[in-house]
Amino acid sequence: MKLNRLIKYSYPAFVYLFLYFPILIIVVFSFNDTSRSLVWKGFTTQWYTELFRDTNLLSVTGHSLIIGVLAATIATAIGTIAAVSLFRYRFWGKKLLHGLLFVMIVTPEIVMGIALLLLYSSLDLPLGFWSLLLAHITLCIPFVTITVYSRITTLDKAIFEAARDLGATDFTIFSKIIIPLLSPSIIAGWLLSFTLSLDDVITSYFVSGPSFSILPLKVYAMVRLGIKPEINALCTLLLILTLLIIISAQFALYKNSGKKHAKK
Amino acid sequence: MQTKSTFKKICVTVIWGWLLIFALVPAALMLITSFLTPDSNDIVSFHLTFDNYTQLFNPAYLRILLQSLYLAFSCTALCLLIGYPFAFIIARSTSKHRSLFLLLVIIPFWTSSLIRTYAIMALIKAKGIINTVLLAIGIVHHPLPMLYTYSAILLGCVYDFLPFMILPLYANIEKLNPELIEAARDLGAGRIRTLCKIILPLTSAGIMAGTLLVFLPAMTMFYIPVLLGGAKNLLLGNLIENQFLAANNWPVGAAISMIITLFMCGMIFFYWRNSLSKDRSNFEELV
Repeated sequence: MKLNRLIKYSYPAFVYLFLYFPILIIVVFSFNDTSRSLVWKGFTTQWYTELFRDTNLLSVTGHSLIIGVLAATIATAIGTIAAVSLFRYRFWGKKLLHGLLFVMIVTPEIVMGIALLLLYSSLDLPLGFWSLLLAHITLCIPFVTITVYSRITTLDKAIFEAARDLGATDFTIFSKIIIPLLSPSIIAGWLLSFTLSLDDVITSYFVSGPSFSILPLKVYAMVRLGIKPEINALCTLLLILTLLIIISAQFALYKNSGKKHAKK
Repeated sequence: MQTKSTFKKICVTVIWGWLLIFALVPAALMLITSFLTPDSNDIVSFHLTFDNYTQLFNPAYLRILLQSLYLAFSCTALCLLIGYPFAFIIARSTSKHRSLFLLLVIIPFWTSSLIRTYAIMALIKAKGIINTVLLAIGIVHHPLPMLYTYSAILLGCVYDFLPFMILPLYANIEKLNPELIEAARDLGAGRIRTLCKIILPLTSAGIMAGTLLVFLPAMTMFYIPVLLGGAKNLLLGNLIENQFLAANNWPVGAAISMIITLFMCGMIFFYWRNSLSKDRSNFEELV
């Protein structure tokens, strides 16, 4: 029985070690005062200051933030509308919409990337800002929808009936009841979309042009050249940003479900 | 009443309109392109042909297809083997830190897999941390060549996709009624029999969902072979990338994507048929 307990605790610890050890190495060595070996030569923030001097990197980061904020905002709006429609209305193709959103989540990104590339080339849309933005919105919509939908199903439908009996229009119900009640999961959906947009390499790789590059593509170009302390520093910053966003998103969702349990 | 139907119409039009233009039309274009003839001036010319598909039977392409399937299969099997016991222990732990345990899987799930692939690169390169340690202890006298091998690609895939296997499994195992396991044991079923006859069948929807999320990306992830395999071992993802961005043979690239899409449809069909309709929501609990 003792052995059983030992396995029960040490096995997950081992998996967590596997998941986090390689990332920790990157973080630790981003502060290492040497550009070559993996021997610890002392603490430095030199690599970070170098990053901030790289004007190309800074402008690419700016592009990514603009695309990320716009894509996350528009995807959150459309994804929320989709979740609300799926929950409240009966309409033609409802099951199909449900299935399509599911399929979009499991579709390999490379397939989505080339499918969008084909669309853009047949519309003669030049590859750049708009092609990336539209692709990122499309990529994020299903994730927002499932995030919001999984919480919307916990709402009490009697609230809507009460509101309608009191004379509220559909739009009033949407803006005064649904949005406030779902705001934590809508925020979480926005945050997750922003992360997706900030990290997306594969789809972006196919729909971006030389005139407008974004951070994940820049990271890919750098990483292809090998291990460098500057890249360690850049990856560390991105890891920290992702960590903060995911924890905030989970916090928003967790607070929401906490309320739900309290009600019971 | 008028405003009600107007609002509903706007909502449904917006979402369907977007998905029609940016999901269904592109998918249709992909299907059409896969039957067109490549053209050096104009990307494609409008002559219908099956050549793009028959070309895929040439040995060089077939080898890549089989290699990708083999890699995706090994990666999925390893993720399942590592992830299932892990998800089981976490999902059924009574610890008050259980949500923290889950968060520690969700974080890598959303972390850029490019950065995670880079981390593996740093770990196993000739002067990487593993070789440094092995040399220092004296287990080996020359750095082991780990990077740019097939095993490196497999390791990278398992590392990148393990959270994609664990999360659906967790969501599914969490819903498993522990009384069923107790009942099976009370009725005299052994450990292995309980596992095979009760636990695995009841969590099969989670296994299928995890497999969906691991198998397809593992087959098409083009930067893992580039970064960890040194572009020696090409996979389907690299082939598509090559056809589109280097060889300029879009129809063949579209045909390969169609093959992958067919695979996906098969797996989704299998998933939907095997999971009760209420279990589909397990996917929605993912995030």
